[in-house]
Order: sequence, then structure tokens, then C-alpha cells
Amino acid sequence: MTQDYIAVLVQIVLAGGFAVATLIASALLGKRALRNPMKDSAYECGMLPVGEGQARFSVKFYLVAMLFVLFDVEVVFLIPWATVYRAQIESGAGIFLFAMLGFVGILFLAYLYALKKGALSWQR
Amino acid sequence: MTFLFYFFSALVLFGGLGVVFAKNPVSAAFSMVISFLGMAALFIQLDAFLIGVLQVLVYAGAIMVLFLFIIMLLDVEEVEKRKLSLPTVIRAGGVGAALVVLISTVLMRGGTAGQALPKLVASPEKSDVLRIGELLFGTYWLPIQIIAVLLLTATVGVVVLSKRELK
Amino acid sequence: MDWHLLIAAGVKIVVFVFLLTLPLVAMAVWAERRVSAAIQDRVGPNRVGPMGLLQPVADGIKFLLKEDFTPAHVRKTFFWLAPTLVMVPALLTSAVLPFGTKLFGEPMVIADLDVGPLFIFAVASLTVYGIVLAGWSSNSKYPFLGGIRSSSQMISYEISLGLSVVPLIMLYGDLNLGHIVREQAHNGWTLLPLWGEGLSVRGLILAIPMFISFVVFTTAMFAETNRLPFDLPECETELVAGYHTEYSSMKFALFFLGEYAAMIVGSGLCVTLFLGGWSLPFGWLTPADTAVDVPFWQGLIHIGVFFAKVIAFILFFIVIRWTLPRFRYDQLMKLGWIYFFEIAVLNIILTAVLMWLLAPGSAA
Repeated sequence: MTQDYIAVLVQIVLAGGFAVATLIASALLGKRALRNPMKDSAYECGMLPVGEGQARFSVKFYLVAMLFVLFDVEVVFLIPWATVYRAQIESGAGIFLFAMLGFVGILFLAYLYALKKGALSWQR
Repeated sequence: MTFLFYFFSALVLFGGLGVVFAKNPVSAAFSMVISFLGMAALFIQLDAFLIGVLQVLVYAGAIMVLFLFIIMLLDVEEVEKRKLSLPTVIRAGGVGAALVVLISTVLMRGGTAGQALPKLVASPEKSDVLRIGELLFGTYWLPIQIIAVLLLTATVGVVVLSKRELK
Repeated sequence: MDWHLLIAAGVKIVVFVFLLTLPLVAMAVWAERRVSAAIQDRVGPNRVGPMGLLQPVADGIKFLLKEDFTPAHVRKTFFWLAPTLVMVPALLTSAVLPFGTKLFGEPMVIADLDVGPLFIFAVASLTVYGIVLAGWSSNSKYPFLGGIRSSSQMISYEISLGLSVVPLIMLYGDLNLGHIVREQAHNGWTLLPLWGEGLSVRGLILAIPMFISFVVFTTAMFAETNRLPFDLPECETELVAGYHTEYSSMKFALFFLGEYAAMIVGSGLCVTLFLGGWSLPFGWLTPADTAVDVPFWQGLIHIGVFFAKVIAFILFFIVIRWTLPRFRYDQLMKLGWIYFFEIAVLNIILTAVLMWLLAPGSAA
């Protein structure tokens, strides 16, 4: 089992090496041209850049990220459950069905709350 | 294999130091991701494959994304300029020292003091995923419901807090 | 340290990732342009090589030779780091895909992990960093907005993606992709249970939730890979080119390659989970179990079948892209968080109840 993870490590090294090598190759082989202030400025469809580069963004995005973390945890708990469900249910352990229903049910309440409060509707 | 252990431990420590010393908050967040990835590798070396992968999925892939969002929501330049004051350093150092004392006391006093802990045995016929699934939803079916309630509470908290910010 | 394993892994990675997947990326780009041209009643690239087949090679050389320009207003370190952070996870996810049975006695999978789909989700979730960083380090409005939008979209659809494979994992009771494909080879593909044990009342009824899973999974994958109809992060009319607006030459190419590589691995995962991976229908040419050695020609056929399915899936991707119009951002979020989330959760409950009712030991 562990040697399979070694293979993953080898692949990280090779993929990273590939990315770095292409970047270096392009930096070496690429044409050089003169710089000028216009070329160095941020791209705004040919107009002179206005204001800061970083616009403030809606707190919505932050809310989505937060809810994502919470529901990602739900998925993470469900996957080990899904792996054992078939074997358990076929040997008559109904608790596995009801434990899941309880878990998912409570989290669905959380989802409904967020929905009701408008946390998931983009236009507010 | 021992070499890999030292390599990843060094990676974890390097990431940790980066979190503390990086001037730019985004660099600090990235050091934390590196630290998490190293930790995932350490878990995998201990045959805790599921935990290792989940470390990447949840901590590196979800929670740190949230951190990055928050950092970007704030003004990065302003945080960069802020100077450390002496009282802050002293207080932070105090907390750190207390943590070191606490952990070393536990390690010295506990029943396993001075001995190497037994290796986690992954039974060859059953993967760790199966065993965790059986334990979580079979033996510990009640605690898992409580975890669900905890997540429900967290959701309510998130929605209430950010709704207030919207107004 | 076992050198044999290390070398075997290295050879498999070079062959599968660099000699098969990356050329497939090039071919996908060519196919995209030709198919889109056919759909829009144009000709498409047809000058370089026969039928324009060498066009991707020409493009690659051009990417290498173009000026490697880093604008002055960017945050340099992160600006350079971002393209690699998109490329590496995209290539890394292919590690767990079983792309064949055996060749020279070696199993045709780079890393035979017991947590296959989770590994792919975990590594794919790291792609978000490349995109956020590209947007942030560019220090320019359009890339920043594109990066934020894109990461928000990717994390939203990750939930549906994760939930949609749960019913399938319940059906097979295994997280090892190799075992899942083997099971399908013997007892019917997930979507086509027409032979072996799959051809039963239970198998056919359970194909219904699997089909729902397939629809949710495929759509979520379109969103994950930022493909049209969900390509809002880079919709030209609003955000110029999204998070890679400020990028040029090979740095841009790495984003581009990473996106297509993610699409190919996504197709590979979908084929592996739902369409039987390397297996032919009706159990033809299927080895009895892992211990049996497979003749060389059969091994080659299995690899060929896997890639044929992946290519068919990519063509499906391309046709969809040039058929459907783009969603609006609020529609996209609504689809992901409201419809797909609910469908995926209800589908899990449906599968659980069906499996409970249809279990051999139960009264029903």
C-alpha cells in the first residue's frame, strides 16, 4: 500500500519538474522585447487602469466558502459510511440506514435554514 | 523510509515557521498549506491513509481556501505594514511556552512515557476506510448525530453572522 | 527501498501521463477547434499537416518562443507559482485511474490506492489555489474577479460532485477504482447492468439512482473544469479572460494545459465510475481475477478501450460546449447549491432505502 503512495510522490516530482522545465525553457527561448509603461500596466481593454487592482468583493463569496467547508465535512463523513453500507445492510444491520438518515436529516435542516435565510440566493 | 519521515517533518516545521514569520498574510496561508500537506504525508506513513487524504481534502483544500478568501477580503497591504509591539510578542511567547510545557508534561507523565508507541496495524484484509465507516455509523452512531448537530449550529452561526454584516 | 517498484512507477507515469495524456490534450484542442468549426459551418485549422493535425505542435512551439512577459504591477513570486499550481494537481489526479489490466505482468495503474475517488477530489481541490493566486497576484481587476468567481464556483460544485459518487460507492462497497472497474467488467457497467449479476431486478432498479448520479456528476464536472456552459470565470464579454488575463506565453499555456488535462482526467474518472473503465461489454475478454496474467494483445485492447471511451467522452464535452449558451452567475450558484445539492442528497437516501428493501436478507 505504502509503495503506491511512493508512486504518487514520484508523480508529484515528475509533474512539478515538467511544469518548471517548460517555464524555464520558455523564459530562455522566448523572444525579448522592450518594456514600456503602457505594456507594464494592468490590462483594462486598452484604457488606462482606473483605481486599485483589487476590487472589494461581495461578502457572499465568503459565505459560500464557509458553507462549503461545513457541507464538505458532511461528504467526508458519508464516504466511509457508503463504503460499508452494502455489507452491513446485507447482514441485517439496519442501524446503518437510520444512523445515516439521522445524520443527513440534521444536516438537511441546516441546509434548509441557510436556504430560508437567503444565504444561498445570489441576489440577496 | 526514515529519510521520508524526516523530509516531511522538516516540511511541516518549515511551513509552521513560515506561518509565524511571513510578512505577507498570503505567504503565511501558503506556508500553512505546505505544513498541512507534510502532515498528510506523515499520516500516510503511519498507514492512516484515509486520514491522510482527508487532511488534504478538508484542511488544505477547504479550510485554507476559506482563509485565503478572508485574507483577500481584508486589505492585505494594511496588514503587512502593521508593526509588532513588544507586549504582543511577550504575550504570544507566553502562550507558546505554555503549550510546550503542557505537551512535554503529557508526554513525560503518560503511561507511554519513554517507550516507542506501537505501530498502527492496518489489517491486510480490511482497509482503514471500512473500519472507520463501521465504527462511525455502527458503534458510535450517537456521537455522529451530535456531530451533525454541531455542524447545524455552525451553519446557523455562519448565516447569522454574515447576514448582520450584509445590513 | 525497492528500485524495481520505483522504476516501474516512473515508466508508467511517463507513458500514461506524458506520452498518452498530454498528446491527448493536444488532440482535444485540435478536435475542439475542428468540431466547433463544423458546428458553426466553418473550416477550422486545416493547414498545418494533414487535416491540420499538426496544429497543436505548431501552437506548442509558438508558446515556447513567444515573449515571456511579466508585467511590472504583479506580485512576482506568486505570479510565477500560480501556473504550476494549476498544472501539477491536474496531472497528479491521473495517478489512481486504472487505464488497463496488465502489461508485462504490471498492473496498469500508477498508484493502486484504496481511497481512489477521495484522492482525486483531494488533489483536485488544490487546483483552486492556482486560480485564486493567479487572480490575486495579477493585481488587476478582471483577473481578480475571475479568480474569485472561479474558486467560488469550483468549491460549490465540489459538494455536488462528492455527494453524487456516494450512491455509487454504496453500490460497490469499495473505494478502490481498480476493484470498481473489475466489478463492472464482470457484473455490468454501472449505467448498463445487462450481464452477470447486474442483470437482475435489483441491478436494474439500482441503475435508476446511478443514472441520476451520473447526470449530477457529469454536470458538476463541467463546472469543476470551468467548461462552457459554466465558463463564467473567463467569460470574454464580462471579464476579458478571467484569472489568466495578465498571463502570456508558456505561463498561459500551463493554465490551458491544466484545464484540458483536468477535463481528460475528469472524463477518465467518469468512464471509470460509470461506463466500465477498460472493460468491454458483456464480459468479453475479461480476465477472471487479478492473479491471472493477461496476454499482451488483450492488455493492449483494454488500454485501447479505455482511451476510446475517454475520447468519446471528450467529444461529448466539446459538442456540449458549442451547443449550450452560458449560464448567468446567480443561475449557476442556484443550480449548484439548490437543485444539485437537493437531488444528490435525495438520491443518496433513495439508494439507501432501495438497497435496504432489495437486500437478500430482508423481507421484501
